Order: sequence, then C-alpha cells, then structure tokens
Amino acid sequence: MSNWETVIGLEVHVQLATHSKIFSASSTAFGAEANSQANAIDLAMPGTLPVLNRAAVEYAVMFGLAIDAEIGMTSVFERKNYFYPDLPKGYQTTQLDKPIVGPGRVEIELADGSKKSIRIHHAHLEEDAGKSLHEDFHGMSGIDLNRAGTPLIEIVSEPDMRSAEEAVAFARKLHSIVTSIGICDGKMAQGSMRFDVNISVRPRGSDTLGTRTETKNLNSFKFMHEAIALEVERQIDLLEEGGRVVQETRLYNGDSKVARSMRSKEEANDYRYFPCPDLLPVVLSEETLARLRSALPELPDARIARLAEQFSLSGYDAAQIGGDRATSDYFERVAASADAKLAANWINGELSAQLNSAELTIEQSPIAAEQLAALLQRISDNTLSSKMAREVFNALWQGERDVDAIIDQRGLRQVSDSGALSAMVAAVLADNSAMVADYLGTPAEKRKKKLGGFMGKIMQASKGQANPQQVNQILLEQLQALEG
Amino acid sequence: MDLAQLQKLATLSRLNIAPDQCDALAAELDNVLQLVDQLQAADTAGIEPMAHPLAISQPLRSDRAEAEADRSAFQAIAPAVDAGLYLVPKVIEE
Amino acid sequence: MHNLTLTETLAALQRGDFSSRELTQALLQRIEHYNPQLNALITVTAAQALAAAEQADQQRASGNAGPLAGLPIVHKDIFCTDAVRTSAGSKMLDNFIPPYDATVVERLHKAGAISLGKANMDEFAMGSSNESSFYGAAQNPWARHCVPGGSSGGSAAAVAARLVAGATATDTGGSIRQPAALCGITGLKPSYGRISRWGMIAYASSLDQAGPMARSAEDCALLLREMAGHDPKDSTCAEREVPDYCAELSQRSDLTGIKIGVPSQYFGSGLNEQVAVAVRDALAVYESLGAKLVEIELPNSALAIPAYYVIAPAEASANLARFDGVRYGYRCDNPQDLEDLYRRSRSEGFGDEVKRRIMIGSYALSAGYYDAYYRKAQQVRQLIKQDYDAAFAQVDVIAGPTTPNPAWAIGEKSSDPVSMYLEDIYTIATNLAGLPGISLPCGFAQNMPVGLQLTGRHFDESTLLQVAHHYQRNSDWHQRGPEEFCQ
Repeated sequence: MSNWETVIGLEVHVQLATHSKIFSASSTAFGAEANSQANAIDLAMPGTLPVLNRAAVEYAVMFGLAIDAEIGMTSVFERKNYFYPDLPKGYQTTQLDKPIVGPGRVEIELADGSKKSIRIHHAHLEEDAGKSLHEDFHGMSGIDLNRAGTPLIEIVSEPDMRSAEEAVAFARKLHSIVTSIGICDGKMAQGSMRFDVNISVRPRGSDTLGTRTETKNLNSFKFMHEAIALEVERQIDLLEEGGRVVQETRLYNGDSKVARSMRSKEEANDYRYFPCPDLLPVVLSEETLARLRSALPELPDARIARLAEQFSLSGYDAAQIGGDRATSDYFERVAASADAKLAANWINGELSAQLNSAELTIEQSPIAAEQLAALLQRISDNTLSSKMAREVFNALWQGERDVDAIIDQRGLRQVSDSGALSAMVAAVLADNSAMVADYLGTPAEKRKKKLGGFMGKIMQASKGQANPQQVNQILLEQLQALEG
Repeated sequence: MDLAQLQKLATLSRLNIAPDQCDALAAELDNVLQLVDQLQAADTAGIEPMAHPLAISQPLRSDRAEAEADRSAFQAIAPAVDAGLYLVPKVIEE
Repeated sequence: MHNLTLTETLAALQRGDFSSRELTQALLQRIEHYNPQLNALITVTAAQALAAAEQADQQRASGNAGPLAGLPIVHKDIFCTDAVRTSAGSKMLDNFIPPYDATVVERLHKAGAISLGKANMDEFAMGSSNESSFYGAAQNPWARHCVPGGSSGGSAAAVAARLVAGATATDTGGSIRQPAALCGITGLKPSYGRISRWGMIAYASSLDQAGPMARSAEDCALLLREMAGHDPKDSTCAEREVPDYCAELSQRSDLTGIKIGVPSQYFGSGLNEQVAVAVRDALAVYESLGAKLVEIELPNSALAIPAYYVIAPAEASANLARFDGVRYGYRCDNPQDLEDLYRRSRSEGFGDEVKRRIMIGSYALSAGYYDAYYRKAQQVRQLIKQDYDAAFAQVDVIAGPTTPNPAWAIGEKSSDPVSMYLEDIYTIATNLAGLPGISLPCGFAQNMPVGLQLTGRHFDESTLLQVAHHYQRNSDWHQRGPEEFCQ
C-alpha cells in the first residue's frame, strides 16, 4: 500500500436536454452547420437580452430532487467576466452565491460491494461556451457559436473520493442519474457530460489537503481514469523527489496519453462576478417543487431494487440493467413477453457484447426488444437450443426481421417429439452395446461423466436438432431400464 | 492608483494605455475614486444590497426552438469569416 | 409646420391641413439646412422617411391609420434600427448595421411614426454634454457654443431646434431629463421596467430606461403610450397594464389634493441662484393650482453620485466586453495575436470616457475591492430607495431643479470629468431607485433654459404626467423656442 493518499473532487458539466438554449430560442441540436444555431442573443449582438428557459430551470431542480439536495428557492445569475473568442458576451452567465441546487449526496457502490456516500457541494445553472476550431484557416482559428448558450448544470462535489475507481464510479452514477431522469442525453462523445477533476495527494494519515491541480474537460470514463492515475503518479513522484505541486490547470490528451499544464489560463484571473442585471432572481414556488417531485422518473437505485424484486433478478443483473434507463426500458419491454432471467442473461451477455464492439448504444440496437423477446420465447418453448438461438440472434443482428421465418428458412427447429427422440436414443444404445456395458459396469457416482459420449452420438444422429434436455432425460430412463 | 494597478485594470479590460498617458489616466481615475470613496462614510450595517430596481422574479420562457438563424445576415456585418466561422488570430490555449 | 407640437401635428394631419409627405419633406429640408452645424443627427434616412410618409398618407386616406400615422420623429442612435447604421455614438459601431429593430423602434413604427434618422449622443450614453460622441458634440440650439447636455443631446437639440417634434432617448443617470432641461424641452424617463430594453444598446442594465423627448408633457404621453408595455424579449420589462396616458391627462381638472414634496437637499449649495429662482417660481405656480407643498428629506441624496459611479461603470465594464472585434463592429488592422486583436480593437474603437468607465467598473468589481465598492454602493442604493419610500408615504410627486446649472460652453468641463459628473446630482437618484421622472421648462438662467424635475412613484407615470400637464396649461415656458429656429 502506498504511503500516499489520493484526494479527488469533481466538477461535472452536464448539458441539459432542452430543445432551445438557456437564454435564447436557438436550437441545441448537435452537429448542425457552423453558426446556423447562433441567433442575435447567442452572438451577443448589441441590445440583445436573455430570457430564461423554463425547462432548464426545471431540469436543474429535478437533479436536485434526485440527489435529495436542498433546493435554492431563490437563485441568482451572475456574470463571470473574461475574454475568450468562444464567449461572445465577454462574460459567462452562471450562478455563484445563490445556486439553484444546494448540498446533497450521491451514493456509489465500490468493486467490493461496499457503499460510499459522496457529498455534493452544490449544482448551478450556467451557459455553455462556443467552440474554437483550430484547423488552419490561413493561420487563424474559426469560431462556431452553435454550442454557446446551451444550458448546463455544473455539479460540484466535495473532495470525497480517494481513488480513480471511486471517481469513475461517481461519474458513472451521475451519468446514470441524469439520464434516468431524462435531463441529459448522456452522449459523452458529443460532450454532453464533461468532467473537471481536482486531484491532490497527502501522506496517509494526514488530515490537511495537499495542493491540488485541476485536469479539465475529460469526456470519457476511460480518459478520466487514465488522467487521474497519471496525475496521481506525477504528484507522488514530485513530492518524493522533494518538489512541490503547483496549483494549476492541466489538460489530458486521451490519444497521446499525455497531460500538460495550461498555466497561461491562470494568469491574472479575476472574474469580477456580480449579479446579472439583465436577469432577475429565479424564484421557485412550493407548487412547482411538488409538481416536479411527483413527476420525477424512477431513480436508478430504486429501479435496481424494483427489478431485482419484480423479476427475481440477481443483484448483479439488476444493477447492470437498472443502472441505465435505456437498458432497463429495453429489458422491461423484452421481459413483458419473455422469461426475465433469460432476458437479463441475453441483454447483459450477447447483446451488450455486440453493441460494445459495434460502438452502439442500446437505443441504436439493430435488434428491437420485441425481436429479442420472440427469440427468447423460442428458447423457452424448446424450439431452439442455445446454439441455434445464437444463430438466430446473428441473423437478427444482420437485419433479418422475423424470428420464426429465420428458424424455418434455416431448419433450426429443435426436435422435441418424445416418441422420435426415444426411438433415436434406443437406436444409438443398440448400436453401441460396448459403451452401454461400460456404463453399466461403472459405479453409480462416476457414471455422469460417461453420459457425454452417448449425448454426442445422439446429437450427431439428430443433426444437432434434438432437444438436449429431453434427450438427457430419455437417455437416463432407457439406461436405467437396461440395468433393470 | 499605481502603475501596476493601472496595468492590471488595462489587462482585465483588454485596453492598451500609451506610456505617456499612464500618469494622466491614473490621476483621472484617482479623482473618480475619490468621489466614490464618499460611500465609505455611509452607515450601511445590516442593509441588504439592492441589485435591481424591480422587486419581481425572473419570467420563464417555454422551451421551444426557433428556426435556424439567418447566418448570412449576421455574418454580412462580421469583420472576418470563412466557411461560416468567425475568424480570430490563432487561439493558442488548447 | 415645424412649430407644431406632436399633438397639434397629428390633428393637422387628421384634418388634412397637410400630408405627412409634405411635412416630412419640410422637416428634411430643415435638417439639411441646420444639421451640418447643429450636429443633432448622426444619420438621416431621407429616402426611407419619404417612402414611409407616403405609405402613412395612403393609410390615413384609406382609414386604417395607426395612432401616430405620419408623425416624424428621430431615434437616439442607441436604438438598433434594422438596416440602418446604429453607432451608439462610437467609432466601435461606426460600421454597425443591425439586422433587427429595437422593440421601441418597432412599436413606434407599427403606430405609424416616421423615423427621419438617428440622433447624436455621448458615446455609449456615457456623458452629460454630448461631447464624448465620436461624431462630435451637438450644439445647443439656444446658444450654439453651449452643450445640449447628454447623453441624449442630439435628441434634445433636434426637438428644441424644431427639426422634429418628438424623439426617443434613454436615461441612465439623467440622460433624458438633463438635456431636456438644458435645451428647454420636456423629457420623460419612465419607471424602470416600463419600456422594453430589447435592441437598446446597454450602458448600465439596471439603470437604463428608454423614454420620450418632446415639447410638452402631453406629447410625451402620446409617445409613451406607444413605447410602453410588456415585451417577452426583456426579462426586466414588467408585465403591467399600460394606462391611456393621453386620456388620463384631462381627468384632473385641478391639482387639489396633490402633495408635492420639496427636498431640502435639492436647494443647497452648488445650485445656481437663477435656477433656484425659476424652480421656486414654478413651485409657487403649483401652490396657486391647489397643490400642497410639503418639505421633505432625502437624507442620502448626496451619496447618489458616488453610488452611481460604482454601479454604472461596473455594469458597463461587462456590457461593453462584447465589443471585441470578432463578430461585428470595429476591428483593428493586422492583429498580431488574439490579445492584440482585443486590446487594439477596443483601445482604438472606444473613446476616453468609455475607457475610463470600463476601468473604474473593473476596479470596483475586482478581487479585494468588491465589498468596499460594489457591495457598498448597492447598500447605499437600498438606502436611497428607502428614502424615496418614506417620502412617497407623504407626497404624490417630488419636485426640484433638474440640474444645478444651465448649459455650459462646449469644452468648459471636458478636461475635468468629475465636475461634469456633478451636473447629474439631482437626476441620478431616480435611476438608482427605478422611479419615473420628468423635466419641464420653467424659466431661464443666464438666458439659457432651466428645467423643473418631477419624480413620481414607481409605475405612476400617470400622476407625473398630469401634474406636469397642469403646469404647462398654466405657463408658457414650454412654448418658447430658440428664435433662430422658430421662424
């Protein structure tokens, strides 16, 4: 065990899934042509003014309710002043002293199954900045303001995490919460969630915090894990060599696996916050709060518990499925007409593996929940063996639509007619009298191993279409009769 | 106001001050600060700061997105654009 | 035609004494003749005005004329006008042609008013003399060597010189009332929240308010009725019913029962004696009309200027950060890097007064000074509002001088910014509290016009206009004009 303890706090930017921007009616859709979603307000044209989007406020409150936080019944927007080309007004409209979400907590589950509570300091509403594109425009940078004004909540945690694993578990849990309550699309690759990680180390046993650095703008759990590991190592090396950590902002490059300091950004930072005079205090009513609370979708922890209970799933299966709203919605659609345990196995197994390797989300799955359910029904009613089922699954994945048509076309129907199977077993036993004699001469407790040889021959005789469970049973009965 | 303070303000405000204007500007700003320093005499203990003359709360807009912005109209008055982007000297930061 | 008020002009158009086209043509000729020296207008939109006038005449002929159909006005160049250069008096926006209208412009246009052009102003409304305009100072029509006041100096000069009978303007610390006083016209700053600020280039957002300038309270009521009202594009524009200010003017036959507060603080040292005499005479007229004068106290009024010169520059320092040479407006030649682009565009694009206020504002908000300056100023702002609350528990309006002195010579105070700041001593507190105020001509001092200022309760422009109108029905100061321009 290292002599050093790592201390981590997170600042998480979550893009809210509103149709329009926080202070203007421009669309927030991702991927539009440059500056086609930047209206006069987003461009900070002279004389333009902000008007607050109700959905952004309600989404922020929903997050607060989801983590059982204090809600700021009166919250205030402030201006954070700095010059940058992706910040058209020369200030970011954000919240400081009176955020919309106050202290709360988020529970994470660690690898060993233990639970830990991470305190949330607050979460505030603010506007996103635009993007600077650094491809060469004749030695210039290009500014796209489509993203400018997209609503964000910035969630600020206390420095309660002690390892990269805890930090990632926390980040995943936040992802699970914000997507479950539908306030964020969770698309990390599009920047819908971005993480700033504050990291410091201290001698184990110390209760004072070391000097921290902030690694900004991580947009995947993998990069976050890598960046933390790298930074912790850098700080420990530095301290062990007798150096000291400088408070600074750092950037991690996930492709080159290298981090570097952005000292220039630290220079003379004096943001001169003050209340934005174009916006008035946001006052929430008890009625609004009650309405949002009653409309709050099921939270991940509650859903995991419900899935375990309602569908008799194992803790692991329930957590895998219930942690993600899209997955659990998919699961529940499958389980509506198929065996739940089988559904959980297939979703967590084959489907999840295929989606991962194709880099698709479950919402983009080429196999609809109803198709998977049809497939699972054919397993349950013994039409398909698990091997055959995989073949049907692949056909569905490739775009074929009808499970029964696939079965018929490929002659995948499993033989479950007990008369036919009995005759088949009897014929194999008759043809292999030496094996039968060997079996009968083996002590009862060791016979099980010998069954495999018969099964192989029977399956071969049936060209793989015999129902193995049924064959197994008939085989045992017939062998017992021979012993008689 | 000393030269360092003046330069810091100039940086925060993104303004250049010609070297031969520093003293005069510092004196002018000092005059204004002297005027505003009269505030210090006011007894404001326990007085809630007043950020705004309107004692009402922020109105909220419904979340409807409008049609695309008229990019060509906005960019017709821009100093430098290319391929729909606003151009600035290379941003070195990232 | 040019000597008619807005109300008289509307009646004449209605009667068909002349057409809007004839009137517009006549006024454009006056502008062509006088403006090159007077410098009241930065931009003249003659062709658009004539086309709009013809359209107004047709609408009137076909019986679907709006309430201000065919009435020529000018807009302060702080209001964005679609396809017409909007400079805010700054080199920074000398090339800025907005693709949108301010709500004020749109509403007056819909009511049928015809814009003849854009009025000169102090750069970004920062000034009390119009001298900080990139386009040079406008002249005071009463004495060409004098300032017209500011920041709405161009609007005031244009109305006083009978180039037009009404104008839009804005008031952040006195920018409507002070030039109205110095030019001998009537100017109304409505309550904060009465008129939309959408499309009005911001100086200090919690203080800025649009309003009308004209030759009488009656005319101001006419314009205010069209300018006022809720606008979903401005979060700070109140959702309140707009009374029919014109109809309400005549609802009061005398001023019996009206209590007029007279703050002792407004008649102290620093007040020009002749100004004091003119204002006291006006108060005597009010007494004769049945109003009761009540001595009141506004104990914190001396702190209004210090508080204003923290709050307004602080807000301005952020409001003017968008002028960075990237998306519109002035951009320096051959920027070496991003910092150079910002610094040179802003240094070359802004004038001295604007730069001073940006720096003062940055200072007041910067780490270590926020509590001593910005927060303190906000607390004082609260005290000032409390003073007014206490006063308005006793009285209906508050009266006093608009300015301590009449118009001064161009150049006289331009080397001493603070001495010019002090000219706004009586007007600034009203903005801090968000109250409506009006300035009316009430006499002369050193042969230059003197303004009487009335301040009202929040959103009670009706009482303010009634009280002003009664004075004007019983005095003729507002009918006087500079001789050269009245012939």
